[in-house]
Amino acid sequence: MPETRTAEEILEQCHLEIRCKLIEIAACLDRIERSGEFDVVRNDRRLAQYQESLQVLASDGVDRAEKLQMIFSDDYIPNWSK
Amino acid sequence: MYYIDPHVHMVSRVTDDYERMARMGCVAVSEPAFWAGFDRGSVDGFRDYFRQLTEFEPTRAGWSGIQHFTWLCINAKEAENVELSREVIAMIPEFLDRPGVIGIGEIGLNKNTMNESTIFREHLDLAMKTNELILIHTPHLQDKYRGTRMIVDMLLEDTRIQPQRVLIDHVEEHTVGVAREEGFWCAMTLYPTTKCTPARAADIIERYGDDRIMVNSAGDWGPSNPLAVPDFIQEMRRRGHSEAKIRKIVYDNPLEFFNQSSRFEFTPPDSAWDSQAADTDAD
Repeated sequence: MPETRTAEEILEQCHLEIRCKLIEIAACLDRIERSGEFDVVRNDRRLAQYQESLQVLASDGVDRAEKLQMIFSDDYIPNWSK
Repeated sequence: MYYIDPHVHMVSRVTDDYERMARMGCVAVSEPAFWAGFDRGSVDGFRDYFRQLTEFEPTRAGWSGIQHFTWLCINAKEAENVELSREVIAMIPEFLDRPGVIGIGEIGLNKNTMNESTIFREHLDLAMKTNELILIHTPHLQDKYRGTRMIVDMLLEDTRIQPQRVLIDHVEEHTVGVAREEGFWCAMTLYPTTKCTPARAADIIERYGDDRIMVNSAGDWGPSNPLAVPDFIQEMRRRGHSEAKIRKIVYDNPLEFFNQSSRFEFTPPDSAWDSQAADTDAD
């Protein structure tokens, strides 16, 4: 399906939203880390998922949303019914 | 623009929501049976719920000029109770000939357990024996991908099932392809924090096209927005998509799918209002 907008137009429309969401993520991670008990969650699987997600965000491509979804998904088990 | 919300739990919403939806262009809703926020204790609890869905809710929707259709089942969460589920499945046929009942749903998986799978298969069997459309709930969050794959496995193992009579709901970026590649219909749910946002739903349309796909609010008792479909319409307009394309997703596609049910008796909005005006004139 053809895009209805140019890359420049989309960037212009999305810039503040992207900026806002990235800063929100940074602030959330800061909040967790500056708390008194960070060591309790340092090895939490979810923090590793965030790190993996940030690596996907830093990569090129048109399927980063799908890749992030898979980071947060359980694996499919073939022959699960048997 | 007229639109249909093909998945919204209006029993959890107030009458003002119907009115606001009507003012935004909603002409019809379809309401799947779902989890009420607590596990019901007996089959009679479901019988009363089905009465509400088939008797009072269409009446209440009609106060705002909205046509109401419904789906019946025991939801995936309560399906963990196999004994109760079998009682409910045995009771469902009492309601299948009622006006506005258009299929079995929303069945599916919640935590991807074997009990849920057993009851999902038994719902499929009921739908095949009674020639009903099927509406499927896919799990939340980390369970969604595995559960959607399991659901497709079970659909494909039953050779009686026609893919074009099955709607797989709550698809996202990582499951839309799984649902569509075997010929099933699919739908995206627009939620504030989980499932899809209007922008991501529009992205998925741009990537996968507008055939066999629709959007819904799945408005219920939790964080949700019964006006989410108009938000999607606005997002598509903002991106420059044509009115015809938007209408296909929010109106034509639900009609095409629902029209496969013999009890889907939909009155197009212009003729409905013409009819009301004629009645008023006669007075």
